[in-house]
Amino acid sequence: MSIQRRQFIAAIGGGALAGIAGCSGTGGQAQSDNGSSAGVAGETLTLTTTTSTYDTGLLDAIHPDFEEMYGVTVDAVAQGTGAALESARNGDSDVVMVHARGLEDEFMRNGYGINRRDLMFNDFVIVGPESDPAGVQGMSSATEALTTIAEAEATFVSRGDNSGTHTKELNLWDAAGTDPGGDWYQETGTGMGEALNIANQQGAYTLSDRGTYISQRSEIDLVILVQGPIEGGPEILANPYGIMAVNPGVHDNANYDLAMAYIGWITSPGAQDAISNYQMNGEQLFFPEAVSENPDFQQYVPEGWSSDSGDE
Amino acid sequence: MPLEPVAQLLPAVVDLPFREGYVRSIIFVSLYVSVTAVTLSTLFSLPIAFVMGFTDFRGKQFVKSVINTGMGFPSVVVGLVVLFAVSNQGPLGALELIFTTEAMIMSQFVLATPPITAVSLAAITGVSDNVRDAAHVLGGTRLDVALVVVKEARYGIATAVLAGFGRAISEVGSVLIVGGNIVSSSGISKTRTLTTAIQLEARQGQYDTAMVLGAVLVALVLTVNAIVVRLGDEGVMQ
Repeated sequence: MSIQRRQFIAAIGGGALAGIAGCSGTGGQAQSDNGSSAGVAGETLTLTTTTSTYDTGLLDAIHPDFEEMYGVTVDAVAQGTGAALESARNGDSDVVMVHARGLEDEFMRNGYGINRRDLMFNDFVIVGPESDPAGVQGMSSATEALTTIAEAEATFVSRGDNSGTHTKELNLWDAAGTDPGGDWYQETGTGMGEALNIANQQGAYTLSDRGTYISQRSEIDLVILVQGPIEGGPEILANPYGIMAVNPGVHDNANYDLAMAYIGWITSPGAQDAISNYQMNGEQLFFPEAVSENPDFQQYVPEGWSSDSGDE
Repeated sequence: MPLEPVAQLLPAVVDLPFREGYVRSIIFVSLYVSVTAVTLSTLFSLPIAFVMGFTDFRGKQFVKSVINTGMGFPSVVVGLVVLFAVSNQGPLGALELIFTTEAMIMSQFVLATPPITAVSLAAITGVSDNVRDAAHVLGGTRLDVALVVVKEARYGIATAVLAGFGRAISEVGSVLIVGGNIVSSSGISKTRTLTTAIQLEARQGQYDTAMVLGAVLVALVLTVNAIVVRLGDEGVMQ
């Protein structure tokens, strides 16, 4: 309690000064009573990320290591890929960890993000009620499964929130050549957990990242009907996560040093091991891919970019 | 600190899947943000209510309807406006208030001010003219009359403050947007309030824990109301 009281006093002091009108940047000072002597000690790194990395508890599990190493605080804001990138675009975060390569590429091309690395991956799965009214169980093609669901007009719950999962779902419909619409297609505008619950209650199908599904499996009756690549399913259901620093040339207030320290740390063998050791309900949720013997230049640039092609 | 015993009782009642200090810290942030915002709102609103209650001026009805409209502001819209203001690209961007409790206090200030102003104004104008006249006849100055009216209206003003507090502490849309719902990796809340914690649990489908946190929120509001009413009663006895 004594720590809280100190924070309270610091916060009251800060709050009283800041008040409503003449606010000054008190956010950093509140955390400055840190014993460490590193140059960045006491600073705060703002990470905007997706609900899937946050809600599975991964970040809470691995961040203490980084915070201890540098004597800093990581503020993780779970927003969904679209919103996380938008916050970064407005200069409100220092580093982004998201999972929609198309949106990441656009972010980089517009100059907002730099030093992108492939971080880790898991996969998407198509889940639905055990009774499987549309009969998609065991299909080896995700697009075929979606087309079958659409033809059967079986209820399908869409995230509808411009998240990484939603983006993937729209790409899949696109690849399937089907334009979903009608009473059976429900856009919920919610996080993955809620979407799974809605699908559960309606006996509907939905696309979920494997991590969130595993973390919630004990509470819902939905089963995996089409597996992702981790369990031998189609490659199109891969779910790669990337990490990028906000370009300090665009937003000079971005904490670029610390963002790069974070990217360096999370792509290091130690943190990558921690990611791979993180389990929920006895299952590994994320598979690290930053440490590799072979070079992968495509992770640094928008997908398909090549200096030879003159693509700008 | 009055919330300490409340928070310590909790884990005894239900076995929550949270780390030590987590629930206590979100209760603390909720109270800190709402109480600060409501205090500032009250300091801002009461003078306005007094001026409007004791004087007549052109456009008074218009100001009144603006205040009444303010009571219906959707909190999400207020959150977006405050986000725009405190975002790095916004007019207050240089102060780096995004994702801080200060930003949350700003949005709750905007939300709590209209109900506090409107309800206290109603309380002040509701004091019967007889009371004003009596005070005046007994030789009271303008200030004395005002003090008598305020004394008579104190219950209404307390209700106004409680209405503002109720709006602030139960609000989820704006604090989520401007606060970011942040908890440190040691499980201590930075900008997570009870309402945004409930929203997070619901997002993950943990409806049981969401309900428990909801019960905590209701208990907290009840406690604050009881304390304020009690203070009002003690005032009567003196």
